[in-house]
Amino acid sequence: MALLEVNHLDVRFALRQGDIKALRDVCFSLDRGERLGIVGESGAGKSVAAFSLLNLIAKPGYIAGGSINFDGQELTSMSDRQLRRVRGHRISMIFQDPMMTLNPVLSIGEQMIECLKAHRRISTREARSISLRKLEQVQIPSPEKRLSQYPHELSGGMRQRIIIAIALLLDPDIIIADEPTTALDVTIQAEIMALLLELCEKHNVALILITHDLGVVSQVTQRMLVMYAGRVIEQGPTREIINDPQHPYTQGLMNALPQMATPGQRLNQIRGSMPSLNNLPSGCTFHPRCDFTTRPDGSERTSCHEEVPGFVRSGNCQVACHMVAEMQDANRIPVEEVTP
Amino acid sequence: MTARAAHVALASHEHESEHQDQATRTLLEIRGLEKRFDLSGDFLEQLKFRRGRLVREQSHVHAINGVDLDIHRGEALCVVGESGCGKSTVARTVMGLLRPSAGEIHYDGERIDHLESKALLPFRKRMQMIFQNPYASLNPRMTIQQTLEEPIRLHQPGWSREQVREKVAEVMTSVGIAPDWGVRYGHEFSGGQRQRIAIARALAVDPEFIVADEPISALDVSIQAQVLNLLMEAQRERHLTYLFITHDLAVVEHFGTRVAVMYLGRVCEVAPTRTLFAQPRHPYTQALMSAIPKLEDDRPQHIRLQGEVPTPVNLPSGCVFHARCPHVSERCRREIPRLIATRDGGQVACHAVEEGRIS
Repeated sequence: MALLEVNHLDVRFALRQGDIKALRDVCFSLDRGERLGIVGESGAGKSVAAFSLLNLIAKPGYIAGGSINFDGQELTSMSDRQLRRVRGHRISMIFQDPMMTLNPVLSIGEQMIECLKAHRRISTREARSISLRKLEQVQIPSPEKRLSQYPHELSGGMRQRIIIAIALLLDPDIIIADEPTTALDVTIQAEIMALLLELCEKHNVALILITHDLGVVSQVTQRMLVMYAGRVIEQGPTREIINDPQHPYTQGLMNALPQMATPGQRLNQIRGSMPSLNNLPSGCTFHPRCDFTTRPDGSERTSCHEEVPGFVRSGNCQVACHMVAEMQDANRIPVEEVTP
Repeated sequence: MTARAAHVALASHEHESEHQDQATRTLLEIRGLEKRFDLSGDFLEQLKFRRGRLVREQSHVHAINGVDLDIHRGEALCVVGESGCGKSTVARTVMGLLRPSAGEIHYDGERIDHLESKALLPFRKRMQMIFQNPYASLNPRMTIQQTLEEPIRLHQPGWSREQVREKVAEVMTSVGIAPDWGVRYGHEFSGGQRQRIAIARALAVDPEFIVADEPISALDVSIQAQVLNLLMEAQRERHLTYLFITHDLAVVEHFGTRVAVMYLGRVCEVAPTRTLFAQPRHPYTQALMSAIPKLEDDRPQHIRLQGEVPTPVNLPSGCVFHARCPHVSERCRREIPRLIATRDGGQVACHAVEEGRIS
């Protein structure tokens, strides 16, 4: 049994004009110690997916359906009180902007001790020594001194190390990292990513890494989900997807990277832009931007316009695309409709 | 004349002809550019008590510390570096949005850094800027038509209303925005479309030189490709010269003719793009290149730099990179390295490279 299982998760935002479907039918699972990447452009729903795991979506957002099973417990039906025992304790989060996450009026030490005492009955002295140990683990120079410093006295990279130390404070089972290095420079990003990877492996912590950077996902995660307009459209082992993406959107995303084109030549762009969530196209949400809605013989594949594609298996990956399903059908590969 | 003197004379002659050739090719020349920002506030705020005495203390952010750069006609010079290295300050100083603290900027042979805004106007028509955030760079209270007409009216006061309208329609079409959308406001467009409009505004006065400060970093990957394609098309069709500021090395490799790498307000390496990516010479460039997450290998194998970028308030002595450099020597701590030409057409500011300690 997987550590975390998300099934048919539906998240909506209730607005006056009607509900906005931010997540539809999202399914994935995560094993102990596994590293999963969630990739997509802004508005794809990757952050909502992460936030909804801990029911952190603020009103008017709500979970409209589906289940989130964590270690045998159902998270969607938990009360706030019960959830508080999971949040920050067994599942902790790392956010994008370290300055926004840390409290500017409390010293680093106070924030760490506060977090420990909220979850465990321990003395301040014990909490302090645990904090110190965690700061050493994230390789912060002179950790003793940092405890009494305030967030503004530290650099961006240092702050993100502190955030990682806080995320690890209570030895969680899962860390959800939402674009943890986007606000940082490349050389610092490389350091922080390497550190996160090392710590997750050492302590057997599972990682859900949300990012728009395919390079980062490729280097850190073992499996990945690609999201588009609130749906998972492709998932599977990271290497397989990076080396041979099946969904036209994933292909487009990869091909749009400058490193995929000859220098000075035109980049392969995906035309148009992501639809807004309150005005989603019918059928496959990607079809208005897709180059494969017509078959090689020139006939139009009407299912792309009309039906929401289900998942089909391709290698070790699952792809939600009518074209892939049809091609497998034509090659007499038995089409296997799967629910991940 | 001794043999040696003859040799020197010959060399200097060669140098001169090369120099002339450079002058026709060079569109923009930056010499010894420095920019400091005062941190200490007004006079009263600068007064401090130190050991019972009242003293005046001033502190500065040293954003650019002696930058020399040439931009050739028709090229795309990319400036890369991490945040705080001064790359945006260079862009803004070149455009005359900031006044340099020292140094000179020559545009097409004329010095422009000390000009008053009126005298700068004809140059402003020839050089335009595209900013990073298209959500902030378009006036929310103007329609797109008004936004695009404004620079044309300013720079071409003699044009008839019809001419202005034609020009606006032309630039809108060329960036892929239908001209009848001109009645809309900025907020009705997506990020990628807004950046297209910002590009259209820059193109509206038919400039020859465009400074683009991180024009695609606020955009999504699939949209980045669209905007980058647009910028390259515009360069081909309108023979533009770009000064392109970015932190994304993959974009540089694709887009740049030459690359300048900056660190803490100094240029540490300038080289043709292909040369730089094939063989980065400066230790910082090497570390920067190795830090880019690549799609191919699973494990990051990057050069780990010690520590972090020092603050530009108290600059380190000698080479600004010495505290983090794996090849540091006594000379690096003491003496500021100068840009020295390499055999493959680049320039590197590094004592270790100069002394042959690293290749």
